[in-house]
Amino acid sequence: MANGPVVKVEALRKTYGDTIAVDGVSFEVARGEIFGMVGPNGAGKTTTIECIEGMRRPDGGSVTVLGIDPQRDGNELRPRIGAQLQTSALPERIRVWEALDLFASFYQRSVDWNVLLERLGLAEKRNAFFSKLSGGQKQRLFIGLALINDPEVVFLDELTTGLDPQARHAIWDLVRDMRDSGKTVFLTTHFMEEAERLCDRVAILEHGRLVALDTPANLIQSIGAETRIAFTVDGKPDLSWLENLPTVTGVDATEDRYVVRGPSDRVIVDVVNALSVKGIRFRDLRTEQPTLEDVFLKVTGRQMRD
Amino acid sequence: MRGLWKFTWVELKLFLREPMGAFFTLIFPMMMLLCFGSIYGNKPSDHFGGFGMVDISVPGYSAMVICMSGLFLLTLRIASYREQGVLRRLRPTPLRPHAILTAQVLALFGMTALGMTALMVTGKLLYHMRVVGDPLSIVAALGLSTLSFLALGFVLAGIVPTTRTALSTVMVLFYPMIFLSGATIPREELPESIRRISQVFPLTYVVNLLRGMWIGDPWSRHLVDVAVLAGMIVLGVAITAKTFRWE
Repeated sequence: MANGPVVKVEALRKTYGDTIAVDGVSFEVARGEIFGMVGPNGAGKTTTIECIEGMRRPDGGSVTVLGIDPQRDGNELRPRIGAQLQTSALPERIRVWEALDLFASFYQRSVDWNVLLERLGLAEKRNAFFSKLSGGQKQRLFIGLALINDPEVVFLDELTTGLDPQARHAIWDLVRDMRDSGKTVFLTTHFMEEAERLCDRVAILEHGRLVALDTPANLIQSIGAETRIAFTVDGKPDLSWLENLPTVTGVDATEDRYVVRGPSDRVIVDVVNALSVKGIRFRDLRTEQPTLEDVFLKVTGRQMRD
Repeated sequence: MRGLWKFTWVELKLFLREPMGAFFTLIFPMMMLLCFGSIYGNKPSDHFGGFGMVDISVPGYSAMVICMSGLFLLTLRIASYREQGVLRRLRPTPLRPHAILTAQVLALFGMTALGMTALMVTGKLLYHMRVVGDPLSIVAALGLSTLSFLALGFVLAGIVPTTRTALSTVMVLFYPMIFLSGATIPREELPESIRRISQVFPLTYVVNLLRGMWIGDPWSRHLVDVAVLAGMIVLGVAITAKTFRWE
């Protein structure tokens, strides 16, 4: 058991009336990894995570978490998992410390919520009402509630939606802390950047189907997208000789702006070196590397929309 | 178990922090008592079978407190918890639905107990209220009445789709009930036709039972009231078990 997958999903299927929300999805989540499920709104991410948490009954296929069937043995599973849900709330006039104290009382074993308050950066908000918290503070409190029982696996559904970039980065650090303390993290997001920077492995979901699953680096490599480097050189010199560099596949020039392409990020160093050696002064240099966004575009044939 | 007690305690605090809840269960009945007490006093009168206005008003106002907690506080609490996603947030925790509902029952018992204690103390101190009945019977009658109205609140909470519909449904039931059942206006003041109509209101049976126990009636004289209220509890629990929804 200790070495088996933490989450095992096989041919999961869930329909609402005529709509197929999840259509035969299979994957496994290994112990200690941050596993991300990405896809546009309505791709079936939340349905999948809620089937795994035991909040929805699958119409087909099987789900086990820590070797337990969440539908049949939910009472055995619930003490061992932590969850942050997409649309949920606390009573408006509950105080931050009361919420943590209350949720701690639901479990046989819980962590000291005073320590948790410090770690979440909510110490000075301990007496604030839930309704008075900012979006980021609410999310941090929800993360606290998800961690109160020191769970083995934590589920985070769209936890940075609606947050500003600063709050989002603070939350990413908290998620990395969870992994570093030995927990398995299963999250969903529709931010490709979040998945790329945070997750050890990423599953891309579209129309209820799993269309790709690998590490972000492998996924990006698999589509064979090119790295592009763009810069400006005054005087419009002929730079077509850059094509002779082994890592360059093409050079385009419009006016004084040049774009050099290559299959890997090696092209950046090679081009910059070559320009310096020749004493060519360039400015306004930008690089553009393929991202998970490009992977999504490639595997689904459409743009990811927020 | 620890979760249930903690949840009950937090819920009680939340009810007290809700201005509307605290006002209508604790302050408003007291205001009524002080207002009508100062107008009519508490002189024994043949009109009320040898009792005074305050003597027969306090059980009536207690019925109002019970109606308030069961209909207003409970229905709106459950409906808004469901609508806001509070119930949803509790769902993946080990706390089960019966514990969530039990905590509401216990917290609202606390609220009604506070409201009724305030009434009794005021009645005793300011108006020398007479309570002839056996204290145990009175407590039993209050408990039965409170449970029956909480059962009604749970049934409504299970039926209404949103907090908005909950509020209007509760209003429609609450206002005719507290004025026509004898809870606020003593039934002796109501015309015969209204008294007959009021038989459809569950609160009428609460008022009858409480007033009876207050003046020392034997239980045998209130079998109908007890049967109606006990029936509400049985039916309420059965319906709630079927209609409970997390979201």
